[in-house]
Amino acid sequence: MGFKLSNIEFNDIIKELSKNHKVYAPKRVESRGRFSDTDLILYKEIEAVEEIVYDKKSTYSPKEIITPITQTMFYFNEDGYKEANIDDKKIVIFIRPCDINALRRLDTIFLKNGDTEDYYYKRLREKVTIIMIECKESFENCFCVSMKSNKTEKYDLAVRISDEGVLCTSNTKEFTELLSKYKEVDFKPKFVKKNINVVNVPNITDINKEIFNHEMWDEFNARCIACGRCTTTCSTCTCFNTTDLHYDDNPNSGERRRTWASCHIDGFTTMAGGHNFRKDNASRMRFKAMHKIYDYQKRFGENMCVGCSRCDDICPQYIKFSSTINKISNVLKEGGKDGK
Amino acid sequence: MSLDINTKKLTKNAYRVTKNRNYTALRVRVPGGAINAEMLSIVSEIAEKFGDGSVHITTRQGFQINMIPLDKVDEVNKYAKKLIIGLEINAVHPENGYPAAGTRNVSGCVGNRECPIAQFNTTDVVKRIEKIIFPNDFHFKIAVTGCPNDCIKAHSQDFGIIGQADVEYEYSRCIGCNACSKRCKKVSTEALTPKNGKIIRDSRRCIGCGECVLACPTSAWTRNPNKKYKLVIMGRTGKINPRVAMPFIEWTTEKIITKIILKTYEFVDKYIDRTLPKEHIGYIVDRVGFKEFKNFILEGIEMNDGAKISESINFGGYFNDKDRIFKTY
Repeated sequence: MGFKLSNIEFNDIIKELSKNHKVYAPKRVESRGRFSDTDLILYKEIEAVEEIVYDKKSTYSPKEIITPITQTMFYFNEDGYKEANIDDKKIVIFIRPCDINALRRLDTIFLKNGDTEDYYYKRLREKVTIIMIECKESFENCFCVSMKSNKTEKYDLAVRISDEGVLCTSNTKEFTELLSKYKEVDFKPKFVKKNINVVNVPNITDINKEIFNHEMWDEFNARCIACGRCTTTCSTCTCFNTTDLHYDDNPNSGERRRTWASCHIDGFTTMAGGHNFRKDNASRMRFKAMHKIYDYQKRFGENMCVGCSRCDDICPQYIKFSSTINKISNVLKEGGKDGK
Repeated sequence: MSLDINTKKLTKNAYRVTKNRNYTALRVRVPGGAINAEMLSIVSEIAEKFGDGSVHITTRQGFQINMIPLDKVDEVNKYAKKLIIGLEINAVHPENGYPAAGTRNVSGCVGNRECPIAQFNTTDVVKRIEKIIFPNDFHFKIAVTGCPNDCIKAHSQDFGIIGQADVEYEYSRCIGCNACSKRCKKVSTEALTPKNGKIIRDSRRCIGCGECVLACPTSAWTRNPNKKYKLVIMGRTGKINPRVAMPFIEWTTEKIITKIILKTYEFVDKYIDRTLPKEHIGYIVDRVGFKEFKNFILEGIEMNDGAKISESINFGGYFNDKDRIFKTY
């Protein structure tokens, strides 16, 4: 069962939600792209369905809503500390199936990785209502099918947006009530069934120690420039730095904040005394690739990468992460033949 | 049979008097160097049909079609009509060929149609300027370039228009990776300094090259969509005093630059030495003085907020003939 709403009617829903929610969706930010006169598609607050870019992938993932790029945790002075407030409003996010699946990876890392739940993540995550943007057709580089993240049922509302109006179906009582006065139609969201980009993800039991030292990584020393675009656009990268900022005019007071970090950026593995585990770009690529398709899975039972392919879309050096995964699979296959 | 030609009319019609007696060469304007295959084939057709098949690509991004017999000029003009119309050149009677040659083809780098570094569509700006200033007999050289790399060599022009990225910083999007400050230090002016995991920008150092925007992984640096330009003036080659154009206005708008160029035509009209066959704008400014030039051309122009105007200019270069500055007593 579903509902059909005109854009005007759906905008009433957004208006209703906005009373106690911040409503986020992929939105075009004109002329703010990396190259002049190009646009960015960013997760921003919206007021109307017409603002939602539904026919293009967002440049950055929605993760920045619940893991803000810069997040103040608390303020301190010599007497004590005070937790940083967050907005009272709840959060609604228009989000694609792959990114909903990515959200589960974020939950795992922040809430189920060890005994302690991440307080700052949790207090934002609990506010989230998910509106799934139907993704019927794959974009150019996507490989969500190979990563088994093309489908999901984990949404409160699913929508098919078009210029003619919005078709939607709800998984919650709240949304069903909100929609009950509108025209009922048959609607079930479709999912991407096939990507052009097919990736052979290696079976983790086939992964051996040799692959970590294999010469296949060497090419990335010449190709990767460690710019950090792949990890900052990634919907599942979660690394951050925690730093104390002491205010210039009164160094006894300040704030503790955390900021995104990336294994591809200089200084990530620099230790006191200057020792650095992963100096060259090849070892950073290896670390990222193996984390996305091996380490995480070994620990949590599913691959970290969801195949959104934002890294492939943005890499200025045309390094294709999906090809890298295929290369790993091929090397493992050849390794088998050679009897290594 | 010898020819009776009015060479003044001929050169104004964009033909050259060449060293080859009875032969001329046609100068084709290609604003911004932007030409399509169809127009290119007309150039080739004229060269094959009337010339000796050879074409010289000029430094101002035009074509010089060589070895055209002088008595074929009228016929060539009928062919050139297609180029004049196709390349959108202002002409009252396109079938009579080009109406002037003094104000040179406005040249431009490839701009942001292709170049990742360029701050704007140089071809569009070139075409708008060409429309406003051509035809005109005064000797003006203008070039438009997408960024301070200045691939078009705007610094050797009377007016060099250089794109500037008016960059804006979104503090909360910055992850303190220092990609921007490292890049700025390496390839530009070291206008960015890391501080407390964020970046401080020194606006006095920033030249608007946009490298920070290109380097930033999180799009913390973006460009203000309102385009800004730097105008460098009175650069030149030539026998007397070759010199690089110097900054006159920074962080200004296309509209203001266009007004300034038009005002300069008025300035030339007022001050040009008409006893000479032609006097180049740079030498007029030298003769009249920068202050007078500046007051004249800026009169009535309202500057945009944030524009920076040069108080004085110390034109460099060198004089081949020292007697021009050192007078013997």
